[in-house]
Amino acid sequence: MADQALSSLKLLECGGGVSAPCCAKLFADLGAEVIKIEEPGTGDFTRTEGPFPGDVPDPEKSGLFLYLNGNKLGITLNLRSARGRSILQALAQKADILVENLAPREAEELGLTYAALEPINPALIVASITPYGFTGPYRDYKGYPLNAFHASGTGFRVGQPEREPLTMPCAQSSYAGGISAAAAIMTAVFARGVNGGLGQQVDVSEMEAEVCFFGSTITGFLAASDEMAVRPRMGHRLSALNASMRCKDGYVHLIATSADWWQRLGQVMGGPDWSQDPFFQDPANREKLADELEALLEPWLMERTREELFQLGVANRIPITPYYTTEEVARLPHLKEREFFVDIEHPAAGMLRYPGAPYKLSETPWAMVRPAPLLGQHNEEIYCGRLGYTREQLASLRTLGII
Amino acid sequence: MRLDQQQYPLAGIRVVDFGWVWAVPFMTQLLGDMGAEIIKVESHARLDSTRTQKPAPGRPAHPDWSTRFHAYHRNKKSITLNMATPRAIELVKRLIRVSDVVTDNFTPHVLENWGIDYAAISKIKPDIIMASLSSAGQWGPLRNLTTFAPALGAISGLETMVGYYGERPLGSTLAYMDPVAGTYGAFAVLAALSYRERTGRGQFIDMSQMEACITLIGEAMMDYAMNGRVWGAQGNRQRGMAPHNLYRCKGDDQWISIAVKSEEEWRSLCSAMGNPQWTQDPTFADQLSRWEHQDALDQHINRWTQGYGSYELMDMLQRAGVAAMPSLTTAQEVQDPHLLARGTWVQVDHPTLAGEIVYGNHWKFSRNPGGIYRHAPLLGEHNQYVLGDLLGISTDEIKALEEERVLY
Repeated sequence: MADQALSSLKLLECGGGVSAPCCAKLFADLGAEVIKIEEPGTGDFTRTEGPFPGDVPDPEKSGLFLYLNGNKLGITLNLRSARGRSILQALAQKADILVENLAPREAEELGLTYAALEPINPALIVASITPYGFTGPYRDYKGYPLNAFHASGTGFRVGQPEREPLTMPCAQSSYAGGISAAAAIMTAVFARGVNGGLGQQVDVSEMEAEVCFFGSTITGFLAASDEMAVRPRMGHRLSALNASMRCKDGYVHLIATSADWWQRLGQVMGGPDWSQDPFFQDPANREKLADELEALLEPWLMERTREELFQLGVANRIPITPYYTTEEVARLPHLKEREFFVDIEHPAAGMLRYPGAPYKLSETPWAMVRPAPLLGQHNEEIYCGRLGYTREQLASLRTLGII
Repeated sequence: MRLDQQQYPLAGIRVVDFGWVWAVPFMTQLLGDMGAEIIKVESHARLDSTRTQKPAPGRPAHPDWSTRFHAYHRNKKSITLNMATPRAIELVKRLIRVSDVVTDNFTPHVLENWGIDYAAISKIKPDIIMASLSSAGQWGPLRNLTTFAPALGAISGLETMVGYYGERPLGSTLAYMDPVAGTYGAFAVLAALSYRERTGRGQFIDMSQMEACITLIGEAMMDYAMNGRVWGAQGNRQRGMAPHNLYRCKGDDQWISIAVKSEEEWRSLCSAMGNPQWTQDPTFADQLSRWEHQDALDQHINRWTQGYGSYELMDMLQRAGVAAMPSLTTAQEVQDPHLLARGTWVQVDHPTLAGEIVYGNHWKFSRNPGGIYRHAPLLGEHNQYVLGDLLGISTDEIKALEEERVLY
């Protein structure tokens, strides 16, 4: 394997679900060695959650697990046993980074903090990704991605007025936390250069990541009471139009918030009277009458297909895009030409097509080198090859339920 | 001003930032919060639209008065260069020679037209790192796509799943991909910098925001790959979890999110509700059955939650070990005790607005905290610093450049 951007880094991953695995995967995909530590017997809980081929549950065939854990080495280790913890310390001694997403109290109990691991490896960077963070009154509160997303104030803005607020699908706040942690960890890697080689604790909260992602949209409110910023859900549009709209064969998203887009949209539609109405030239008025405006647009949209509207949008530089399903995304010629999707053969799940790289690096390409590990697949390689255990010792660790 | 590297570990890294609107500005905010020197190249001739959005209440739109712009341009510097003039392009090239990273989120032809695409600038600064975060990437049939995040999320499949379960796609209408792409971009730039540190080699990062968006819905893409199944609007549903929704609370438009996974959590919820009769109904006896009957389950829970305030419910349910959090309104978000305790909101004195509140740095570091050390720049505030101090151009010459509207 050619030298990749992060080939020099070694990372340990503890926990499960989406946040820590997605964070560690970003490192693995750029060449870092990632050892994923799973609980003996059960493993990462996403193994039980699917989706599964043919909807038949099988811990080696969970789609979410396979997607989030490619390029990693997988070992099992019982961190609740004293022996397990001492093995973890031996692994941490040789690592640059440990990323975990256990509840803060549990991470502290298991010694998965910088404070606990500093005596063993002062250069180690320990990153925790939790729903609410390692400090503050909610620190020990329970949270799933749904809760973190809504605790951030972001969820309140999604959905229709009068109805319940909505959530972004697929555990988005965990991705927000995971990707934020990856960037934070890389900064901590640079920081070792100014800290005389020392690592540190990095604390990332999913709630706070979402707050900061959207914090700039409420700054007007922070400056003083601003009606626009506090209006809930679909009413929060910065200015109309910015909405999902029905057309002949489905839905498109149309944005005509700027003066340019508004004018071009009017031109493309053949300049109906209302598009020339001085009243509607003011974005604030467009926002006030967003529903009426959408009704005026509807007949024109209903005569056109999503693709026709998409092409009109591209040709006239107006953001109009179809709402594509995952199937349509999977078949998009643009993504084929860019070789976005990657085909990976997995020993249990077989050949499947996975989403690929979020970015293309010219010198050190993102690469899918190995499929997600089977549970404990690399126990021998790591325990015998790296830590010097004999096969007999490995067998007895297994019998004791430590690996 | 020399930054203390102990506090700001990225001090010494210089970024020439052509980013505008949000995605790249958010990315360079993250790098700037940790000490990188961000020089935003902008111009009266092509103003970043966010410079005039959301001025402080009572103030008219003005390039220096946008509270939104202030939030994610803190710590940055601004130089006004009219890129339509050949002289400005020459100056940018000189600036790139003394910089480490170049960033942009234009459609691909813009930098090509200016003659400062990666192929060109890597000739004058071979170890430069360039990150371009366009809508659909630098090549491919959709390369010239101009779009903004809410629409981008629609063609990427993510926003198609936002809507009430079984109903039409609504989309979030949030510009979700801007901060996400910006964060991905920051990671990629730091990875490239670390490679450069080791090998002396720069590189080009082609980031398609559309592709980055698809990486967020791997679960749904895998279900399609495995089973040909297509996900419609998901509402607040999560496979295998019920209850898992937003429930109405006492007060005007107040909601709480409740998510239950294990049998233990279900029992805790039941006991917090006072074990009403309906919880004994066999249709709610196990996780699968609760999932299958979640609409009926939600109706029951909604009747209960409406008797309590959202924070009151949070306290009650969290004490019982149930994951429950209010869906914070903007007013609650800025006063939330947890966010206040974590220092999420930071006060910054901007020359146009004293004591302005912005969100802080959401990475908490135990040794090198980073943070906000300077207000967002006025338009062109650092022309003298960049041209004079960094490029050694004389005051007279700078004046001439202003008169010729190169510096504009």
